[in-house]
Amino acid sequence: MTALQLATNIPWWGSTGIKVGLGLAVVLAPAGLTVYLYLFKMVSFMQSRLGPMEAGPYGSMQLLAEVGKSLQKEDIIPAKADRNVFAMAPYIVLMSTFLMAVVIPFGPNALFTDLDTGVFFALAVSSISVIGILMAGWASASKYSLLGGLRAAGQLIAYELPMVLAVVGVVIQAGTLNLQQIVYAQIDGEIFGFGGLGLPFILTQIVGFGIFMIAVQAELTQVPFDMPIAESELVSGYMTEYSGFRFLMFFIGEFATAAIFAFLASVLFLGGWAVPPFVMDILGIDATSNWFNVLGPLVMASKMLLLTFVIYWVRFTFPRLREDQLQKFAWKVLIPISLVNIAITGTLKVAF
Amino acid sequence: MTAISDRRQLAYVAAQAAEARVNIELETEGMTLNIGPQHPATHGTLRIVARLDGEQVIDAYPVMGYMHRGYEKLTEVRTYPQVTTLVNRIDWLGSFCNEVPFILAAEQLMEIEAPPRAQHIRTILFELGRIGHLTLFLGDLGVQLGAVTPVFYAFRDREHILNQMEAATGGRFHPNFDRIGGVKDDFPAGWIAETKQSLQKIRDFCNLMEDLLFGNEIFAARTRGIGVIPADVGLSYGLSGANIRGSGVDWDLRRDAPCGLAWDQAEWKVWTHPDGDAYARSWVRLQEVRESCSIVEQLLDNMPAGPIMAKVPRIIKVPAGEAYVATENPLGEMGYYIVSKGGLTPFRVKIRSASFNNMSISPWLLKGTYVPDVITILASLYFILGDIDR
Repeated sequence: MTALQLATNIPWWGSTGIKVGLGLAVVLAPAGLTVYLYLFKMVSFMQSRLGPMEAGPYGSMQLLAEVGKSLQKEDIIPAKADRNVFAMAPYIVLMSTFLMAVVIPFGPNALFTDLDTGVFFALAVSSISVIGILMAGWASASKYSLLGGLRAAGQLIAYELPMVLAVVGVVIQAGTLNLQQIVYAQIDGEIFGFGGLGLPFILTQIVGFGIFMIAVQAELTQVPFDMPIAESELVSGYMTEYSGFRFLMFFIGEFATAAIFAFLASVLFLGGWAVPPFVMDILGIDATSNWFNVLGPLVMASKMLLLTFVIYWVRFTFPRLREDQLQKFAWKVLIPISLVNIAITGTLKVAF
Repeated sequence: MTAISDRRQLAYVAAQAAEARVNIELETEGMTLNIGPQHPATHGTLRIVARLDGEQVIDAYPVMGYMHRGYEKLTEVRTYPQVTTLVNRIDWLGSFCNEVPFILAAEQLMEIEAPPRAQHIRTILFELGRIGHLTLFLGDLGVQLGAVTPVFYAFRDREHILNQMEAATGGRFHPNFDRIGGVKDDFPAGWIAETKQSLQKIRDFCNLMEDLLFGNEIFAARTRGIGVIPADVGLSYGLSGANIRGSGVDWDLRRDAPCGLAWDQAEWKVWTHPDGDAYARSWVRLQEVRESCSIVEQLLDNMPAGPIMAKVPRIIKVPAGEAYVATENPLGEMGYYIVSKGGLTPFRVKIRSASFNNMSISPWLLKGTYVPDVITILASLYFILGDIDR
């Protein structure tokens, strides 16, 4: 019995319940994993310290302790804040993260929904978080929050463009906007007639991949593009006035979005849930095999960990740019390069 | 030596700042932003009142005095040996450097001179204080610009210097080691070899910082051409230390106003940088750490033998008179003007601390900059709140 048959045999409310549970797992598990692995441990080793060591073996339960602490804290809303907007903002930020996870395929059948415009949908809903951040910045009734929120809005809008343009190259090569079909296109691809590796689009779209990762860094407001938060300038930017559970939501949103963007990048550029075809030959399974519904999520998780490693590595190494330098970088460097990339990709697509 | 940065860029920034000053009548309604007194960037309780037009600063002035502890007045009810404990706390990162000019001024009034070995020990501890102080500056600069990692390296490597300070004086932060007529103790056995090892660690740290910060494109973009102080403006505001040397003024009290300490017995160089921007000031400090390492190493190799204490009366009474002695402290010129009426305590002490003058240029400097640059400029001016408010 395949997963598809299983899903048709259980009632609608059952499959919806499973999907909601898995959706929570897809967003929260990578967030917790990257927070522990990278924010707690890797960074500590980079900075010649140990990081959390007491809670659980090797500090592995520290995250639970942090969550517990955040839940116990008083939920402070400033007196002059716009209460409803203030309370709603973190949910909107987290909502965009969950919506992005909806279209990402983790296996031949292991996906929430198979949209024909998956790329378009993922990039569109990722911008919803801007609204949440603007709401948080405005409703906090704090000048630092306001500056942070407005910086975030300018920055996220500026970097939406290079991100979309970088993905266009992939879409041209795959000939589809469907994320699942993009994965299959990479499995079926050949490098000069050699199909053993498939064709992960990072090989042909290395420029697009670079621009996409830079834009992701900016979308996530991580160093070197973390002006909306900028601890040394704006205290904590749009998050300054938040505490307790609402702050936790922002925190989860930040790390979960990093993981989801890494999932998206691995689908677009690294071949998604599939392993290279020669490995499939060794294992004796093909791309539509049911095994990939189990193996796929693991492959995706390892690719996600690889990409988030790069994200946090950069985050804890570089100083931050200034707001105007960031805008110049987006409009004068990234967008022209990605337009040239599109032109070259399109020309080569027609030529071959 | 790094290349001199693009003069045209500096001119462009200056023109932008001038434009911001002219355009005030076009602006609709500014926002007043209080940076401080509790703010991550001011590492203390400094308050900057900035009027903003968007992200641009129209007008900014510092409000000082949140941490005023009244040291000038407190010295009037302390005997001379007790004062060193007090002045340790002025610039708390380079504590030993605060004691030296006070003791030198008192010695000048009493017409006592410390023996050569004591002067050597003073100079070595003075320079170790400078090294510990400025290594922390290099790490802190990274934090202000958003790079969190360097500060951990700074704290890690400053620990070697603090350990040596502790081994020699018994105090990690507040040695209280200098006495009228000499120093309290000689160096313990094995200290010299250990210190040389620590200096090697600091040299490695300097190379690391040069790679991690000064070689970084983003760091250069954030500091080059930001907060440019022309030499004449800097002099008219009474800047001192690396802030004025970063503007190309070759002025160092260690060389230019010898006060009996052993700096003239080592070969060293006063570093300057012609640009006068935040990068120049930071770069000068980096070179000063290296230069201090070299000074300490040379002095350790040529320690004269002899006593560490001159002949001093048991009860110290300073004859009537006035004396001003200033030394080149990590933050700049620090001097004590002592007026004595011949009693057990000073009649009046005026403390000239470097940070107060260095901060006074900030209203001039912050006009027309952006909010992130405010933080860069404050970090590169490098102040300690205790040194501003005393």
